[in-house]
Amino acid sequence: MKGINHKISGLVLIAALLCTATSAEEGAGVGEKELLRISTTTSLYDTLLLDEIEDIFEDMYNVDVRTVSGGTGIAIERAVRGEADLILVHDVVRERKFIDDGYGISRTCFAYNYFIIVGPQDDPAGIVGMEPSEAMRTIMAQGMENPDQVKFVSRGDDSGTHAREKILWDRAGIDYAEVTTSNLWYREAGQGMGPTLRMTSEMEAYTLCDTSTFAAYRSDLDLVPLIEEGDVLLNVYAAIPVSPAVHPAVNCEMAAKFVDLLVSEEGQDLIAEYGTDTIGRPLFKAARGNCDLIGCDGDECVTPLPEDLCILVAA
Amino acid sequence: MDEIGAGFVRAIELILNLDPAVVEITVRSLLIALASTTIAAAIAVPIGGLIHFHNFWGKRAAINVIQTLYSLPTVTVGLLVFLLLSRSGPLGGFGLLFTPAGMVIGQTILIVPIMTGLTIAALSGIADQVRDSAVSLGASKYQAIFTIMGEARAAMMAAVLLGFGRALSEVGVAMMIGGNIRGYTRVLTTAIALETSRGDIEFSMALGIILVSISLIVNLLVNRVQGRWWA
Repeated sequence: MKGINHKISGLVLIAALLCTATSAEEGAGVGEKELLRISTTTSLYDTLLLDEIEDIFEDMYNVDVRTVSGGTGIAIERAVRGEADLILVHDVVRERKFIDDGYGISRTCFAYNYFIIVGPQDDPAGIVGMEPSEAMRTIMAQGMENPDQVKFVSRGDDSGTHAREKILWDRAGIDYAEVTTSNLWYREAGQGMGPTLRMTSEMEAYTLCDTSTFAAYRSDLDLVPLIEEGDVLLNVYAAIPVSPAVHPAVNCEMAAKFVDLLVSEEGQDLIAEYGTDTIGRPLFKAARGNCDLIGCDGDECVTPLPEDLCILVAA
Repeated sequence: MDEIGAGFVRAIELILNLDPAVVEITVRSLLIALASTTIAAAIAVPIGGLIHFHNFWGKRAAINVIQTLYSLPTVTVGLLVFLLLSRSGPLGGFGLLFTPAGMVIGQTILIVPIMTGLTIAALSGIADQVRDSAVSLGASKYQAIFTIMGEARAAMMAAVLLGFGRALSEVGVAMMIGGNIRGYTRVLTTAIALETSRGDIEFSMALGIILVSISLIVNLLVNRVQGRWWA
């Protein structure tokens, strides 16, 4: 009896599997949905801004947007391997290299915010009000002396934020290799901004963070912004479609349309207002009207891409 | 295909040259898993013994629960321990979150059920005649228990080794409680997760090869203590 039951349930299971398989195929067949693969930095993803833009984009076109998030380094690496059609990142040095190496076709700035140094309310290293460079020097000096009280959590994942942190150490006149090997006051998380913030809060440590992710997570954290001033803290987000000349299979057309949405009136409005209804103030600043401030020249800033760009590049 | 082949060669080189980063992460993984296994064994073997040697109401149900917990998802243990150790949690004052000690706590909770269950199974595998003959030869209750535990030691050793294997290869607790901090809580599994997404495939493969090799050795040991080398 038992044996028969097993056989029956096995058959039911197989039948169920077959049904799912066929219905999935049917789904794909209807209208030939296109696919757009976006490889994004964690801040746009963790703040859920991208989800919102994706929904609008999917309503505009018959397209399925799939987003994977990682630090800028990871996001670019995926695109280099041809696993993405579009990257949304924030590290101008590596963006230029990505384009110069032929992987990206054009850079479009669409949003910006600032980096801040956040830490515990009681500020054990006493950095509040300092210049960024001085703050970094102070955190290191105090951390070496008293690693139980003063800690710094680094992204440690080659992200744009990690790259900026290295620049800050450099500006402070400190060799980065010296920082990573100095002591346990410096912890490399190797994770995205959200997890790194949680870790920083748990450890009562300091970290470098973008204002948008911090605002989105702030209510769950025992951290306050301590350093918010300084040109070196400006953080610009750019979109770069992956070149069909290097990876012929990429969906360059859809990537370009997505960039156009980002820089459109509607897209820029959304970016400028996003967060007002949930946390009471905007999370990002739109690039529109601020091109000089954020250092993006003419056609890099909030300009739709030329219509035949993908065809030209592929040829 | 090229990438896999080249990565494999580079990975072997990293291992043979005793790359400091590879060695450091491997040693840390082994130490943390060893600590978890030792503590878990100290908990699981006595509990397994107590359950086996006593008849009580709900015994069968207790064993069922333990067996269900064999496949306890590592992320649920991670979540539970995170809530306990987090600064706002009941044990927050100890500052154990994102430390190796926190990882040991998590892995211990993870592997106690499987080690307890397998201990019970090991003891059940010893025929009742052993107990009967021990008692008939004048053994007290406790002497009889020690006789049976002695007979079951191979199977119990296997239980401990399996627990070690699970602790070493899990990633949920290590990531959620350890936090993958370089030089502090970064272990084989979390390093593989990070380096793969970062694109350092060779390094990941080297760590992966080490992880599989250790699992193989553990398995061979399990078979060895059970007296069947190549079975």
